[in-house]
Amino acid sequence: MRILSYPVLLCLLVLASPLAFASATDRPLDSHDADVFDKASLRRGAETYVTYCQSCHGLKLMRYSRMARDLGMGDAVLQGMLRGVAKPSDSMLSAMTASDGEHWFGVAPPDLSLVARARGADWIYSYLRGFYMDDSRPNGVNNFYYPDVAMPHVMSGLQGNLRPVMHKVNGVDVIDHLERATQGHVKEAEFDTIVTDLVNFLVYVGEPSQLERLKLGKWVMLIMILLVILFRRLKDEYWKDVH
Amino acid sequence: MMRNCGNKLMAWVDERLPVTQFVREHLTRYYAPKNFNVLYFFGSLALLVLVNQILTGVFLAMNYKPDAATAFDSVEYIMRDVNWGWLLRYLHSTGASAFFIVIYLHMFRALFYGSYKNPRELLWLFGMVLFVLLMAEAFMGYLLPWGQMSYWGAQVIISLFSAVPVIGDDLATWIRGDFVVADATLNRFFSLHVVAVPLLIVGIVVLHVMALHHVGSNNPDGIDIKKKKDEKGIPLDGIPFHPYYTVKDLYGVAVFLLIFFWAIFYAPEMGGMFLEPPNFEPANAMKTPDHIAPVWYFTPFYSILRAVPSKSWGVVAMGGSLVVLFILPWLDRSSVRSVRYRGAYYRNALWVFVLCFIGLGYLGMRPATPVATLMARVLALGYFCFFVLMPLYTRLDRDRTPPERLTEAVIPLEQREGRGWDFVRWAIDRGQASPLYTRIMGHYNVLLEQVRAYYFKAKKP
Amino acid sequence: MSGPFLSENESMNQEGVDTDKRRFLTQTASAVGVLGVGVAAIPFVGSMSPSERAEAAGAPVEIDISKLEPGQLMRVMWRGKPVWIMRRTPESLTRLQDTVSLLQDPDSVESEQPEKARNDHRSLRPEIFVAMGLCTHLGCAPSYRPEVAPADLGAAWKGGFFCPCHGSRFDLAGRVHKGVPAPRNLDVPPYRFLSETHILIGAEEEEA
Repeated sequence: MRILSYPVLLCLLVLASPLAFASATDRPLDSHDADVFDKASLRRGAETYVTYCQSCHGLKLMRYSRMARDLGMGDAVLQGMLRGVAKPSDSMLSAMTASDGEHWFGVAPPDLSLVARARGADWIYSYLRGFYMDDSRPNGVNNFYYPDVAMPHVMSGLQGNLRPVMHKVNGVDVIDHLERATQGHVKEAEFDTIVTDLVNFLVYVGEPSQLERLKLGKWVMLIMILLVILFRRLKDEYWKDVH
Repeated sequence: MMRNCGNKLMAWVDERLPVTQFVREHLTRYYAPKNFNVLYFFGSLALLVLVNQILTGVFLAMNYKPDAATAFDSVEYIMRDVNWGWLLRYLHSTGASAFFIVIYLHMFRALFYGSYKNPRELLWLFGMVLFVLLMAEAFMGYLLPWGQMSYWGAQVIISLFSAVPVIGDDLATWIRGDFVVADATLNRFFSLHVVAVPLLIVGIVVLHVMALHHVGSNNPDGIDIKKKKDEKGIPLDGIPFHPYYTVKDLYGVAVFLLIFFWAIFYAPEMGGMFLEPPNFEPANAMKTPDHIAPVWYFTPFYSILRAVPSKSWGVVAMGGSLVVLFILPWLDRSSVRSVRYRGAYYRNALWVFVLCFIGLGYLGMRPATPVATLMARVLALGYFCFFVLMPLYTRLDRDRTPPERLTEAVIPLEQREGRGWDFVRWAIDRGQASPLYTRIMGHYNVLLEQVRAYYFKAKKP
Repeated sequence: MSGPFLSENESMNQEGVDTDKRRFLTQTASAVGVLGVGVAAIPFVGSMSPSERAEAAGAPVEIDISKLEPGQLMRVMWRGKPVWIMRRTPESLTRLQDTVSLLQDPDSVESEQPEKARNDHRSLRPEIFVAMGLCTHLGCAPSYRPEVAPADLGAAWKGGFFCPCHGSRFDLAGRVHKGVPAPRNLDVPPYRFLSETHILIGAEEEEA
């Protein structure tokens, strides 16, 4: 008993360590099931991006031609995005310069090529649906997942406006959740789909090679399983000599 | 005719370079114990991963730009524009983590079977030097993508050098080549990471294998197979490395690659442990990330550093955690090598060490809350006690006498003793008696029969 | 089993071991292993081919020739190399026939040009000449010498290109003279007319 006890105690100590990290300020994220193989969704997301986001946020690591090829985008749609000023092999830059952005918003709108890998799809999905009205801010809005963000509520026309519902935690007023204040042009479910498509697109932009990676993966696994079986047979055959 | 030509060519070469003699001495007439188990795969796997890192590194360096202004974008250029660049990148990044998994298991084998003990102390020292070089190589490599974590991680670790008394600040500045981590730092880390340290590593790996071959491998029973030889001078319990261990290592490589490629194609980020999310943002000297954590393989040592309240003593503790590993062969006072025949003190101390190491690693990934720091201090104490108290408890330990001849590679379950193993046997019996198990095995046997029937039907004309 | 390094009494082969099975397995495993190594080489070798960025930079370029005067030569860049576009005068076009006897390869058999430019004037349209501005000897840039019989080039010179590096001579259709170091006519890149005033260098006519 004595001999077994302290490894067991240590195990318990190690396993209990997550308890030390429970944090009261984590806001639960809504989950987004990324599906980069739904090309129609990616195409819709691309158009949403070009319409609502590209005026401020560039995607400098993504070429139009690569996107059109991977997403099966029609030539007319691609030409529409190029707006007569860009070549297909150009990167999807924004017209806003960093200095202008800093001048107008206090901070230049960041390039979003890798935002899906840096922040995660769930966070972006929650963030884009988390703007609420806040008179204390210059833009009149704040965000539940990014306090005091400089970004305006770009899709307020589609989503409508939200307002915070407060409750008291330890005597301090804290936002519990957001509720709808005004109606947008589309219903909530449709807006969620628009944002889902947009986030899918950003997940693709974060790593375009994942399409190829996941397609090749199953062949590689099959070949490796074959090799394992073959080499095991070879080893067993030779090791019959050894007693 | 071809064989004759081949023999004559070999004879010509052998007169000028002892190739055949080398192959005999190190492969076909090099006798290794016949009972190597799974823990003995990791040496050859480490060599495989080293070759992978060098090969993929060479090709990555064809497109990477070691300049602070363009480094981050050049990595994304490799990921997007270079044909197969994404695969080269993932091979290299997953390879780095795989290297540490393999090396930690390789070192664990040494602790488990006493492979660091006489006459293999120098082998162990070479290995420890390789471990330190590997950590340096990984640290410098991590700066190269020039992401937020690259920059701030390097900033934190290099500033540790300023803890050295008197010369500390100048030392840190000299390492950086600037007053903060900057382009100068990136460029020199690139040179060291691509040229200097790999050359050192390869050189010392050669010395490591030479030292091993000079005394011969240890084995799971920890006994010396050279003590019992036949009339030809061949150890009774030895088998030629080629073909037996070449073919077995080939199988090991296949299994390893299966897991390795699964990670690369399906989970290259490994939940943020292999490729950390903050590193997908370019380095920004004005903005520190919320949590600066080193990559998972450094976290045990980082944990020890953080556990000590003083900066300089923290550095001393972290350095000390490596020093105790270096002097391990001289701390162990037992004459028995393998854990199979060692007394209860060492066996339990080893458990404590492993759990502390893993626990410290986990804590190192999380923020340093007061409770976490307390736990880190307890675990760090456990880590050091394994070494510091070792001269005492290994002398007091009641070791058993090892056998004269080798036993099995893996001791079968029925023969294992102890309450823990009783529990394992009970759990397996209960599981095999359960209806779920019967159902699964039923399906499996049906499937097997179908495959056999198809196979034999295909074979018959 | 035996091999070049193992003598007979060293093999651990015992009676009853199936050598055929062993050989079959070894051969199969070796074959699959070699195949595996070959497949593994593909990403490494492939990564050295031009990247998407290099392909984008090497994409066809559109040139406006509306301001090009007869007898004038303009230089543009495509894939990092100089490309000449010249508007030939009617006299220089007729003069092209006079120099056929001086040429190494008057019918452009050995030279590089698009199929449609394999003619006397080595271009899609006679009045516009497009060629790579690099001497086919060692890559220097020849100078444009449209004048007839200048002092340094001799009376037989009817207009063309002269490479100062090693003295190679080409006529106004880029055809190389005999007895000079350059081995073949000036290369003509793929190109097509987008309109009367615009040429696309780097891509030929699309198939109908």
